[in-house]
Amino acid sequence: MSIKDKVAIIGMGCTKFGENWEMSLNDMIIEAAYEAFQDAGIGSKDIQAAWLGTQQYGGAGMALADPLKLHEIPVTRVENFCATGSDAIRNACFGIASGMYDIVLALGVEKLKDWGLRGLPENPGTAHPVLDQGVTGPGQFALSAVRYMHTFKIDRTPMAQIAVKNHHNGNLNPKAHFHRELTVEQVLNAPMIAWPFGLFDCCTVADGASAAILCRADMAKSFRKDYMLIKGIGLSASPENRSPHFDYLGFPATVGAARQAYKQAGIKNPLEEIDCAEVHDCFSWTEISNYEDLGFAEKGKGWRLIMDGVTTLQGKLPVNMDGGLKCFGHPVGASGIRMHYELWKQFQGKAGPRQIKDPHIGLTHTLGAVVSGVTIVGTP
Amino acid sequence: MVGITSYGAYIPVYRLDRALAARTWGGPPMMGEKATGYWDEDSVTMATEAVLDCLSSTAPEEVDGVFLASTTLPYKEKQMSSLIATVLDLPRTARAADFANSLRCATTAMKSALDAIEAGAARKIMVTAADCRLGAPQSMREQLFGDGAAALLIGNSEVAASIEGYYSINDEITDVWRRDEDTFVEGAEDRWAVTYGYMKNMQEAIAGLLRKLKLAPTAFSKVVLAAPDARSPLDLMKSFGFDPKTQAQDTLVNTVGSTGSAQAFLMLVAALEEAKPGDRILLANYGNGCDAFSLLVTDQIAKIRERRGVKVHLKSKKAVSYERYIRWKSFLPLESAHRQVPFSSPVVLWREARGLFTLSGSKCKRCSLIDYPIQRVCHQCGSKDEYDEIKLSRKGKLFTYTEDYLSGRGAEQFVVFPVVDLEGGGRIKGHMTECEPGEARIDLPVELAFRKMHEGGGFNNYFWKTRPRRA
Repeated sequence: MSIKDKVAIIGMGCTKFGENWEMSLNDMIIEAAYEAFQDAGIGSKDIQAAWLGTQQYGGAGMALADPLKLHEIPVTRVENFCATGSDAIRNACFGIASGMYDIVLALGVEKLKDWGLRGLPENPGTAHPVLDQGVTGPGQFALSAVRYMHTFKIDRTPMAQIAVKNHHNGNLNPKAHFHRELTVEQVLNAPMIAWPFGLFDCCTVADGASAAILCRADMAKSFRKDYMLIKGIGLSASPENRSPHFDYLGFPATVGAARQAYKQAGIKNPLEEIDCAEVHDCFSWTEISNYEDLGFAEKGKGWRLIMDGVTTLQGKLPVNMDGGLKCFGHPVGASGIRMHYELWKQFQGKAGPRQIKDPHIGLTHTLGAVVSGVTIVGTP
Repeated sequence: MVGITSYGAYIPVYRLDRALAARTWGGPPMMGEKATGYWDEDSVTMATEAVLDCLSSTAPEEVDGVFLASTTLPYKEKQMSSLIATVLDLPRTARAADFANSLRCATTAMKSALDAIEAGAARKIMVTAADCRLGAPQSMREQLFGDGAAALLIGNSEVAASIEGYYSINDEITDVWRRDEDTFVEGAEDRWAVTYGYMKNMQEAIAGLLRKLKLAPTAFSKVVLAAPDARSPLDLMKSFGFDPKTQAQDTLVNTVGSTGSAQAFLMLVAALEEAKPGDRILLANYGNGCDAFSLLVTDQIAKIRERRGVKVHLKSKKAVSYERYIRWKSFLPLESAHRQVPFSSPVVLWREARGLFTLSGSKCKRCSLIDYPIQRVCHQCGSKDEYDEIKLSRKGKLFTYTEDYLSGRGAEQFVVFPVVDLEGGGRIKGHMTECEPGEARIDLPVELAFRKMHEGGGFNNYFWKTRPRRA
């Protein structure tokens, strides 16, 4: 079974990401959803089912149904760590592909800046009293970065280059959290957050929402010519990270999700066949690991892609054209759908100064260390 | 014959130069330095360290009880010897008792262990004493008091120092005290307190012991006298005709500090480390009365030397600034970490006590994978509920680590998170402790130490942490 070419995206919306002090969770939901409705040329009453992706907010599907006044249709909350947005899209796709619904909504949102916390919260209600205490996002990924640097004998420079690239791209994007170019020196000299990650190696903690309207592929043409087709969707949970023999050099969850998505899409050589990618650069090193786990490079050689300029806007395989989590921002549940939003704009030639040349196949990738989502999308 | 069958000690790695405290507040510095526990240490964690040192060569199943003595137990209501008994994985029928409220509580616990064993109610009882008393900032007590713990295994077989007898008195006197609501130890006028409290009681009990056992001061190779200061024990020895030059056991006041209820045991451990078969040791301890003992060293003493004791712990040290010291001891309100307060659940800790506190992991019966915490379904071969519960080693090395500055909790600006591969198998991620910036590295030899993680839920949450191995 494959999902290939059965589901289309016909409208998308995305708020500005960042410190949205003046917007509530509901304000962002409404803004992203109505941009998508308008983009698709439909109204909220055309939606037959909806999926809400949100990681921190526990308000069930009602958190989406209430602000949009979606009456008496199925609305489900999806949560899967940082792959939450990807999984909302995935569930929406299967709702369509099953034949049950014609038009559905997938919306991701996160409101992180109202609580005054540094970094992401730690899920106090479910964390183990002593085994899970004090473990931060940067700390978790840093454990792998330290091992990677030791094993493959690299310093912090390639990681700093990732931050420089993504800030350059984000600076070209009005909806990004930050608009500021960085230098390698600035990244290397920033205050330490969790060795080897300095402040500029870490993605931003941001507010934001993003939305996608999906429909049956055979209906898409009746809405617009420049729709986007789902070519493959993978999602993978990986307890292997917690095994006593785990090597801390990458993410088996990404490998698994990519394998599923590539098989459905018929992709054999991703570096050659994919035109652009939005990947989960929660930390600078994570993007290097993503290159390897997604099959763009061999394990231990991903850092060469950034040093050789392969993944810049002008490179062979541009990555994180919109600035990525690093510069665009990471409102957890919104990120997976935000990545689709960038490919949507790139495919339509509407990406402004960061527009790349004539893309037709793109990849999105989210990663919550032990869970990952990979989606392949393409032009009709 | 009943006596000491094993000994152990614990002295925190951090030492505060007394001159630093004196320089901060003005006033005269006392000589030397004092040991101070890290922010995650308390009397229970220090006692646990001493007990594990003491059990280096004894199987825990031979231990019939744990007596914990301290004037600084972390709870006013809740037993803590039961926690140590659980860490040691003693049977539920083992005796567990806390002794408190007087610096004499250590030797009172030892007497109780002796009486129980002589009565045939137990074979071996672990007696441990620990203290971390606080003197008010800028006081001489602040400079004097140090943190430490010691443990003595009292038993009726393989005795290394037999207890020939004891003489004990009690005395009602308000010379040193700390009420429920006090943080710092208070005291009456020194000259009176020393003369009518310490000197009078010690003299009476030592005289009683010598009379009871018909022994002369010359019969002893070492005299171990717990002491509130450096001078009083020397005056005391002279009053009996002991020779301070040859018979006095160092009080450790200049190197560790006055360690409260642990002092007498720490001094005795130091004496036993140097003792030869046939040596006789006098031990006397003060606190609302006095307990005096005579101990005779046997040839078994040579068999219990493989431990850190006082000697190794004394040499293994790191300097600490006064600013860090007051931070650890919570003397100043500090800015919070702007992170969520830690969560806890007494139910979870109760349900998982065995795995968490005894450090038990699972070993797959099919593929031999060793895992921690216990996994019902094997990570490697997928077998379900086919595992043996095994005790993991407390030694290992760092597989990877990070210094996390986002996770600083107020007591320290950063937390070092490690991934530790344990000797003989198993992997654990307990926070690092006593690890300075830049000290962690891949393959660093480490060991696990039982520590307080946090106070989430309004109670102390204890677990194993990782520290650079102490030489």
